[in-house]
Amino acid sequence: MLSNNTQMEVEIMSIVQTHNLTKKFGKFTALDQVNLHVNEGEVYGFIGPNGSGKSTTIRLLLGMIKATKGEATIFGMDAWKDAVDIHKRIAYVPGDVNLWPNLTGGEVIDLFMKLRGAGNKNRREEMIEKFKLDPSKKCRNYSKGNRQKVALVAAFASGADLYILDEPTSGLDPLMERVFQECVLDAKKDGKSILLSSHILSEVEKLCDRVGIISEGKMIETGTLSELRHLTRTNLLVETKLKVIGLHELRGISSIKETGQVLSFQVDAEELDVAIKYVSQFGIVRLESAPPTLEDLFISHYEVKPNVKTVI
Amino acid sequence: MLKQSFKQTGILVRFILRQDRVRIPIWIVSLLLITFSTAISFSGLYENQQERQAIAQTMLNPVMTATVGPSEGLDNYTNGAMLAHQMLLFTAIAVAIMSILLVAKHTRTEEEDGQVEIIQAFPVGRLSNLSATVLVVCGTNVLLALIIGFGLAALKIASLDLEGSLLYGAALGITGIFFVGITAIFAQLSENSRGTIGFSFAVLILAYLIRAIGDIGNETLSWFSPLGIVLSAEVYVYNYWSPILLVGLLALLLLIIAFFLNSIRDLGAGFLSSKPGKIHASLFLQGPISLALRIQRTGLIAWAIGILVLGASYGSVLGDLESFFKDVDMMDALLTQVNGFSLIEQFIPMLMMVLAMFCTVPALLVVFKLKGEEKKGHTENLLTRAVSRTRVMGSYVIISIVTSVVMLLLAVVGLWSASVAVMDEAIPILTLLEAALVYLPAMWTMIGLAVLLTGFLPQFTGFTWLYYVYSFIVVYLGALLQLPDWMGKLTPFGHIPQLPVEEIDFMTISVIVVIAIILIIVGFITYNRRDILG
Repeated sequence: MLSNNTQMEVEIMSIVQTHNLTKKFGKFTALDQVNLHVNEGEVYGFIGPNGSGKSTTIRLLLGMIKATKGEATIFGMDAWKDAVDIHKRIAYVPGDVNLWPNLTGGEVIDLFMKLRGAGNKNRREEMIEKFKLDPSKKCRNYSKGNRQKVALVAAFASGADLYILDEPTSGLDPLMERVFQECVLDAKKDGKSILLSSHILSEVEKLCDRVGIISEGKMIETGTLSELRHLTRTNLLVETKLKVIGLHELRGISSIKETGQVLSFQVDAEELDVAIKYVSQFGIVRLESAPPTLEDLFISHYEVKPNVKTVI
Repeated sequence: MLKQSFKQTGILVRFILRQDRVRIPIWIVSLLLITFSTAISFSGLYENQQERQAIAQTMLNPVMTATVGPSEGLDNYTNGAMLAHQMLLFTAIAVAIMSILLVAKHTRTEEEDGQVEIIQAFPVGRLSNLSATVLVVCGTNVLLALIIGFGLAALKIASLDLEGSLLYGAALGITGIFFVGITAIFAQLSENSRGTIGFSFAVLILAYLIRAIGDIGNETLSWFSPLGIVLSAEVYVYNYWSPILLVGLLALLLLIIAFFLNSIRDLGAGFLSSKPGKIHASLFLQGPISLALRIQRTGLIAWAIGILVLGASYGSVLGDLESFFKDVDMMDALLTQVNGFSLIEQFIPMLMMVLAMFCTVPALLVVFKLKGEEKKGHTENLLTRAVSRTRVMGSYVIISIVTSVVMLLLAVVGLWSASVAVMDEAIPILTLLEAALVYLPAMWTMIGLAVLLTGFLPQFTGFTWLYYVYSFIVVYLGALLQLPDWMGKLTPFGHIPQLPVEEIDFMTISVIVVIAIILIIVGFITYNRRDILG
């Protein structure tokens, strides 16, 4: 989709870049020729259902597993061969943070900072304060959310250039989620790049400049939110004088819901014109349209339009 | 690239030491205590060479050779020869267990739990975690070897010279390092920590059995066991260093293989991969008791096979023992006339006690599974459904008691079938059954203690193992170490009548059964009253 010109540009400013990245586990293909790039200073949202290959991609980027084919580069270096050098400038937070039961959160944060060899003391205190973490507790006594906070504090205190966050808020409460979002935006303000894999689509919508959607190991969509919206359906809500009949026979209509004279449905971008013309025959009283949320996009990609059949 | 692979190993070494700041010292101190106290007690027990030579006579039979290993020093049984003969093998096994547990914990267990992934995301080499673990555990073994070596020499006991003492320490340390290598390899091969520990223990048990069979029959066979090689150092007798060197080279080879395997695999992956499981619960898996049985199935089957093999290996020794006693006709006749039992029959209670002790372990593991499940929050899944606490605990207790009976029967079957094959005059299976089953009440008391602690003091269930180890030492080595009688009476195993030599004493047995029942009932009551952990 990209012209040669922009491709050149992309290569220059890309922090993360994969080229036909493929990973097979035995006969099972977990990733199939994935191309993704994260530009400098942007927040890239990486979404997909469970088992679609998000974590596999991230583990390939971190050099923990070796690609079967294709390549992944970070800061222009090879993700597998130069893993140690790359990791000096990376902060990673996994979704499932398991720590060492007989060490305190404070000890673990210090270890993490020492291992990276950078980061500063003041930021550490600041982050502990921000996330309201008790660093004197043993890790065995932390809840899932608190263990995640330990990883987040260490990550955001590190001053890394690239943050790789794999569902980092799955155990946080809404207040802490907001703190997390502030930290991401602060990092972005400082020109850092962030790869955020998440299931919380409202979060991705709020934070991310660009989004990549992965399904069954293949990247099926990449672009800014508004670009993606063009590709999909619009939510329409119409109130008509007469009862609308036969709408479901049109192409590109889905999720039809009827309450009295008010009808709501989704329509594919290219069928919008036909749909409006059809509905207007019944005398429009009210017409509202809303851009699809990320959730709509997400679901439209993964469902084989089952709602079409459940017309009332 | 190669140098990069080991980046930051130093920090990880310090980090592992920090984590194990209690665990490693406890291992070292316990091993030191056992070694030094035995050395001191031996020198106190036997005042002169004649007394030691008398003990050496009792050691001159296939059962003892199979159990503790051979010795060239029996003709001149000095303090040193006695220590090396009776203690080196068992201490070496304890050191091997230490190495297996420590290595497995910091390699596959942490990889399975995701800690290695977090560490690996830092500028840390791909092999740094394995190398840090190997350094720490090998270092622990070297330290142990040096302290034991110089410590034994410093005791100034006659015949415990410096060279022999250092070799004694080195023999222990090198066994530990060998099993660092074994465990490091299985940590690469197996996908989970259970497999890593299980396979490594299997190698250890196999090494013991191969050596036992080799030592009584075929000496070449013993050279296929690291334990057999280590024993051939003849510590305090001839002080050969070459076996230590050989095991050291083997260990190095194992470590190289482990590092190579680690370098070519993906994080989280293993070379022995798991198969997909069933989609639906089988007809069998329908309630708490079948669930408890299902989650322990593999372990219990492994134990059953192990116990059967153990019984059979003791049984196979009986043939050698019989012909051995025939050779010393006079002694046999003398003893037989005195109390009407053959020497073989006098060995039976000892054998049964050891077998019963081993059979207690799987039964205890079943009870501890309940606590393990509770701590992981699995029990909640049952209790939040319509299942009472009594029913959950009951499932485990029933399985545990059935396990104790089945394991003991398997041991007897193994013992009997092997003994029939090798003996001229086989012992009737009924005699063996009686002698074995009489130990059930003692085993149930141990189960009762485990149940009681699970209900009453769940933080201290580990105390059961302490008591178990105490019982084992007192009952098994009590006669050897000449411990006072009352120490033997502190364990239920010390009260069991020694069939067929002694008469069965129903009164004592009933009392022990009642104690077991009371322990179990109190366990149930307290389990119903306390908070669920997790």
